[in-house]
Amino acid sequence: MLANAVIQIGLFFLIAVAISVPLGHYMARVFAGESTFPDPALKPIERLIYRLGGVHPETEQTWIEYAVTMLLFSAAGMLLLYAQERLQGLLPLNPQGLGGVAPSLAFNTAASFTTNTNWQAYAGETTMSYLTQMAGLTFHNFVSAAAGIAIAIAVIRGFVQRNSKTIGNFWVDLTRATLWVLMPICVVMALALVWQGVPQNFAPYARAKTVEGATQTIAQGPVASQEAIKELGTNGGGFFNANSAHPYENPTPLANLIEMLAIIAIGAGLTHTFGRMVGDARQGWALFGAMALLFVMGAAVATWSEQRGNPMLTRAGADQSASATQSGGNMEGKEVRFGIVDSALWATVTTDTSCGAVNSMHDSFTPLGGLIPLVNMQIGEIIFGGVGSGLYGMLVMAVLAVFIAGLMVGRTPEYLGKKIEGREMKLAMLYVLIFPLVILIPAAIAVALPAGLAGISNPGPHGFTQILYAYTEASANNGSAFAGLNANTHFYNVTLALVMLAGRFLMKVPVLALAGSLAAKKTVPESAGTFPTNGAIFVVLLVGVILIVAALTFFPADALGPIVEQLAMRHGRLY
Amino acid sequence: MRLWTAIRMTIVLTVLTGIVYPFAITAAARALFPYQADGSLIARAGVIVGSPLIGQNFAAPRYFQGRPSAAGDQGYDADSSGGSNLGPTNKALATAVAARVRAVRASNPGAAGVPVDLVTASGSGLDPEISPAAAALQIPRVAKTRGLREDIVAALVRANTRPRFLGLFGEPGVNVLTLNLALDRLRPAGRSDGS
Repeated sequence: MLANAVIQIGLFFLIAVAISVPLGHYMARVFAGESTFPDPALKPIERLIYRLGGVHPETEQTWIEYAVTMLLFSAAGMLLLYAQERLQGLLPLNPQGLGGVAPSLAFNTAASFTTNTNWQAYAGETTMSYLTQMAGLTFHNFVSAAAGIAIAIAVIRGFVQRNSKTIGNFWVDLTRATLWVLMPICVVMALALVWQGVPQNFAPYARAKTVEGATQTIAQGPVASQEAIKELGTNGGGFFNANSAHPYENPTPLANLIEMLAIIAIGAGLTHTFGRMVGDARQGWALFGAMALLFVMGAAVATWSEQRGNPMLTRAGADQSASATQSGGNMEGKEVRFGIVDSALWATVTTDTSCGAVNSMHDSFTPLGGLIPLVNMQIGEIIFGGVGSGLYGMLVMAVLAVFIAGLMVGRTPEYLGKKIEGREMKLAMLYVLIFPLVILIPAAIAVALPAGLAGISNPGPHGFTQILYAYTEASANNGSAFAGLNANTHFYNVTLALVMLAGRFLMKVPVLALAGSLAAKKTVPESAGTFPTNGAIFVVLLVGVILIVAALTFFPADALGPIVEQLAMRHGRLY
Repeated sequence: MRLWTAIRMTIVLTVLTGIVYPFAITAAARALFPYQADGSLIARAGVIVGSPLIGQNFAAPRYFQGRPSAAGDQGYDADSSGGSNLGPTNKALATAVAARVRAVRASNPGAAGVPVDLVTASGSGLDPEISPAAAALQIPRVAKTRGLREDIVAALVRANTRPRFLGLFGEPGVNVLTLNLALDRLRPAGRSDGS
């Protein structure tokens, strides 16, 4: 069965590389304003959007103007979504007659989709009308992803431009990311998913009389159009409660492959966009290499642990051995069509990136298998990462790595010809420190309060992991879950929403400030003392810095949850 | 001024991505793949009997049974998808799996190992498939209850088995609904003589 795992993971990775390189170069052309093949179709739409929106595309913005524009746009979208959820009972496209969403849940969901987290404290099929799913959630799927790409591009410009006060125009980057990158891929992908069996209709829920004579209500909806951008934009908010485990969201192994490739494509592609825009493809490959190394490690451990299974299931009499006729392993919470390999691979991909869609239930993973998604998020979702956020997160770690390299040789560090000085390091450290603060402090509060403990559904160390996972995914804007946690309470809705907002905007602003600061600098020529950032040594150093920062920050918390549970499970302890 | 632009852009992009895009996809999907777009629903004698993508409950011994389901109170509630979310060291999971193993052994005497997918709940609660191993285990019971030769039932199982995509991706699975519908369609000629 090792061959099965190696073939599936290996082929997936090769296809991902084959897609991401041309996609990355295409994105570089799009954001540099060069001509691309869809121009004749898209230019008129772009002009129309600017005219209707009152945008002056030729205006260049400073980092502060860019950040303010991004924040205002996010606030407007969040308010609109909140209003749509509260008023959906009065609005059209609601064949099930679903009522308005409760205030704290509506606030949580509005924050969740605005921040590209797409944490879901609700069950889609019984909570959200078709109009809310489309005009509310699908819209946010697009623009939160486009905003992430925009900021990544702005940061790249910070490295490229010299003595410049400006880093681009947010509206132009947002619009071009939507029209040139996200929309065309989504149209093709949505139709491919319908072909595989994903529904796309506005019908009331179907009523079936089952073979044995019972009545089965089968939820419907415009699923495929949302499914496509949900994966491509690393959003992850499912149309249905079971997310991509639901056969209507992810009906076949081919659909599963398409969705996994969509999750990783833009994040991986942006490394090559970066390489091209800074004029040295190897700089992009270096970042890509660091990401690939971390990806392979996570996928291998998660697959191994899930395939090895749960000794308790064997004691209960279940056969977990892999064979030609069954995948075996820990199948609780997993689908037959995906088995162990595609479930563990998906769990790795969805948490390497900030997607958070799930095709199996992470809460039921073995402790070690569940630790991988948790650690992937604690690393900061920079292994390909959220669209945009993965690249700028990785660039912050790269700045940190060259700084540490500079300390070792006693020389002012520089990255891509820009001197990394006190101001840049302060901004980078702000980014690195805000992230664990908004995870560990709220998680500590939650485990100290009855309102927090009330949400736990699994006893023992696993219950602590459920809470730690929830705040980690919220801060990382991932949105996957140890879904047994009963999070649709005022306590969790409000605290998780605040953590999501902090994890998105408190971290984006220092990144844009860093971009502005770098753009204003002149470029220093490379010298004999310059540490090369496009080779294998840099990749190893970068991976080392990433792992050490994450381990120093999160190891104590992880030891109390999944690590102790793994030891307990191997010793046959139940709770 | 900036706020006014933000509001206008929010509205413009909502119309484009939230209204125009999903309606355009719906129109194209209906034209190209009408069966799938409508949820792949199948009818028997003019009544919708379900969807091969969506699992349903089978309890009678003459039908192949699907996986345990955590969707809704009764299982396989296609308006309430989800998994059990029981953790790997949760006693409740151990108890539930042990009870399911006993039930499978009781209704399928002579079964060797009990495949893990047959006694664990799926992630969606709507898994339409079981592993080929879980189907093989049930062939003797179904054949005996229906008075069919085992090789005829086994041939039906093979006909309703979906292989890996390109022989590489995913895992093979047996569709429980289409298999049981095929069983019900069998002519009496398929019956064996003695039993």
